[in-house]
Amino acid sequence: MEQVPIVKIGRTLFVSIQVDLQDESVLRLQEDLADRLAATGASGVIIDITAVEIVDSFIGRMLTMIGSISRLFDARTVIVGMRPAVAITLTELGLSMKGVRTALNAEKGLEILNGRS
Amino acid sequence: MDELPIQSGDDVVRVRQHVRVTAAENGLSLVDQTKLVTAASELARNTLVHGGGGVARVEVVKSPNGRTGIKLHFTDEGPGIADVDLALQDGWSSSTGLGLGLSGSRRLVDEFELNSKPGAGTTVVVVKWSR
Repeated sequence: MEQVPIVKIGRTLFVSIQVDLQDESVLRLQEDLADRLAATGASGVIIDITAVEIVDSFIGRMLTMIGSISRLFDARTVIVGMRPAVAITLTELGLSMKGVRTALNAEKGLEILNGRS
Repeated sequence: MDELPIQSGDDVVRVRQHVRVTAAENGLSLVDQTKLVTAASELARNTLVHGGGGVARVEVVKSPNGRTGIKLHFTDEGPGIADVDLALQDGWSSSTGLGLGLSGSRRLVDEFELNSKPGAGTTVVVVKWSR
């Protein structure tokens, strides 16, 4: 099972998903992130999905849940780098990703977290 | 026709990758590849979680007017689905999902056929045509 690394820079946790994740790896990421949020008191999470080729209903639901979990730790989550084909497919699938902020790239995601946009 | 087992989460990932390569090699656009692979992921997960594991078959087909398509078969010998019409509605869910697995994957492909009977397993066949 793949483990996705979580890197803390300042008050933000960065997650870059670089591999084709199986469901258990996504669940593990959720748990790891909750642990890191509790341990660090980080105020923001950026999840970079630039390398992710598909987001199906399970992965989409997990990303939405990560947003909800981080809110309970007073942190905001921004998903960045979604591919155009993934955005089209998610919409047709019927997944709205309610409550999750998205941004074009990590830089813009950081601006959202830092309150500059 | 290629046959792939679906017995673990890693097998679901392998099915996705195999469908991606086959779709790309046969001229499906990037968006159509993504839709088909996403549908394959939903259906392979159903086979694993609800069907107790099974088999995926990946086939390249030709239409009478010469278009190339990718046909996917997902077969399990699990408990089956009692009410197929209900299972195909948005929001219907047997477990912890969002209820978009079957209904959503039907929207992502060009042809969709589901055969299931309680106690006799489930087979889903989908086709995505190149444009």
